Amino acid sequence: MKQGLHPVVMIALVVAATLFGRVLPTWTLSLATVAASNALIALGIVVLARTGNVSFGQGLFYAAGGYGVALIANAWGITDAAAQMIIGAVCSGLLGFVVGPLIARYSGIFFGMLTLALSMVFYGALVKTSALGGSDGFNVGRPSLFGMVFTDPREADFMLYAVSVVTTGLAGIAATILFRSELGLASLAVRENNLRVEYLGISANRVITINFVVAAIFAGASGAFALMAQRHIDPQFAYWTTSGEFVFVAVLAGYQSVAAVFVASLALELVRSFSNLYLPNTWQLVLGVFLLGVILFLPRGIGSLWVRERRKRIEPETAAPVAAEKGVVL
Amino acid sequence: MNFFLTIVLDGLIQASWLFIVALGLTLVFGVLKILNIAHGSFYALGAYIAATAVTMVAAHGLPPSVGFVAMLVSVALIASAVGLLLERGLLKMFYGRDEVVLLLVTYAVFLILEDATKLIWGVNPIYATQPYELFGNVAFAGLYYVGYDLVLIPTSAAIGFLVWFGLNRTVTGKIVLAVIHNEEMSVSMGVRVNRVYALAFAFGVLLAALAGALTAPKISMQPGLSSDVIILSFAIVVIGGLGSVEGAAVGAVLVGLARAASVHLMPQAELFMIYLIMAAVLMFRPEGLFKRETARRI
Repeated sequence: MKQGLHPVVMIALVVAATLFGRVLPTWTLSLATVAASNALIALGIVVLARTGNVSFGQGLFYAAGGYGVALIANAWGITDAAAQMIIGAVCSGLLGFVVGPLIARYSGIFFGMLTLALSMVFYGALVKTSALGGSDGFNVGRPSLFGMVFTDPREADFMLYAVSVVTTGLAGIAATILFRSELGLASLAVRENNLRVEYLGISANRVITINFVVAAIFAGASGAFALMAQRHIDPQFAYWTTSGEFVFVAVLAGYQSVAAVFVASLALELVRSFSNLYLPNTWQLVLGVFLLGVILFLPRGIGSLWVRERRKRIEPETAAPVAAEKGVVL
Repeated sequence: MNFFLTIVLDGLIQASWLFIVALGLTLVFGVLKILNIAHGSFYALGAYIAATAVTMVAAHGLPPSVGFVAMLVSVALIASAVGLLLERGLLKMFYGRDEVVLLLVTYAVFLILEDATKLIWGVNPIYATQPYELFGNVAFAGLYYVGYDLVLIPTSAAIGFLVWFGLNRTVTGKIVLAVIHNEEMSVSMGVRVNRVYALAFAFGVLLAALAGALTAPKISMQPGLSSDVIILSFAIVVIGGLGSVEGAAVGAVLVGLARAASVHLMPQAELFMIYLIMAAVLMFRPEGLFKRETARRI
């Protein structure tokens, strides 16, 4: 079963993408940084969506990661970009670990509503917490990397670009491995029919919870990048329209291909900056039409443009042996 | 005691317009099984149209009462047309798809309408305060209230009663209820579900826009209005139970009172309180306070 690229090839691609940042003009560099960071959180939504649940409240973990990093960085004087990213991921991962098991009991619309409600609880709390700057938020210092301080803004931009692309790339590789693992396949099975999965002896709730925590970790790291890129944080991180944008990227990408998430995120950022430039106040309009078009004509996302053919060939071959294996185990 | 009364009255005033919005949302969900994210945009649309109508009437030197009537009529006409157009022209294409897909479709509609209102009415705040003075001020238990606010409470109650009456005491209403309970069976009994869908959606849009029109004189219309309102009405219908009219009423009163109470007692907890109630309801009774449990995993 030749499914997709070998991890070594993927690592080479990530390195190439990172070095490519050297030749990019400055404005594309910051755009690509945002795209990579958004791809990371959207990747989390895709991971979760493979269980059939769409989270409309990833802003919760995005903001939790961002605020966690901002507070810890300001209190302990941590400016290292990699450390900040890890702190963000850990903060949100812990939160996801608390929230996940509670939320895994729900599915479909209620899952979406509950995640949205929780992110809005957080938003409401942040807006009114004057110690955290209320609705204005607060600023953080310029990030460094492994003891190096970047005074040249171009170098600083490239550093952030490199760290975010490498992190997102590694997350993409991890997600690919996850998708191909037993857990990843079980996730798809939960999406199709969670009762049958339970009959097969796998806990659907556990599968959802694990995917939820993974999504939370990705969202936290993404929040940390957003914080480092803007050097500012405010409750808007947790607002539902922020989460909605990430869902948009995930829907655009579809749940079949990791590469599609990056393409979708980059496409979104390009559309956003061009419509901001030429047609102010229309980018949401463009986005909405785009989203409708994707749902209508590419229901499996842009990933289906290059994944569809292969899946058709694989499915009949692999379905039988997998079923036989399960039979032996049972 | 006076303080308590203030909270209750403020809460009821809040609840009155929230109820009208939530009623539309819950009806649309009940009939079409669509959780309409664009519902807040219809509220904003109504408010903006009302502002235009009021300003135009005032520009012709006519009294505010004419403006009040003009805004209600224009909003009702435009909103019904928009609702019918959207349902027949767009939503129809997605029936039979997953509930979450329909959620995303309405999210796309929300995005489109958000910018459409910006393009038509601009990004600066718009006001339509003329009808606000229409009913004067009322002294009530030693407190002064704007008459317009107090009129909202019976208006909303009347709308709620009309919807209840329409659903439970008319043939059309019974058909709508039949579709809510069992769509397949209704089709086999000869109900034209397509028409019920179009009617219900247009009516839902109408209710949201009407609430927008009724609150337009109280507020300033600016971008972001729709996303705030949809979040509040989500909370209400989730608390009351998706698809339940009584639930929407109870949810609206709860949210209205919670908002008023926190504004008076603990301003820093305002938004927090409402979503906390909603999250709590979802955790312990996800089908809402007013909905029968179903065997389906939710």
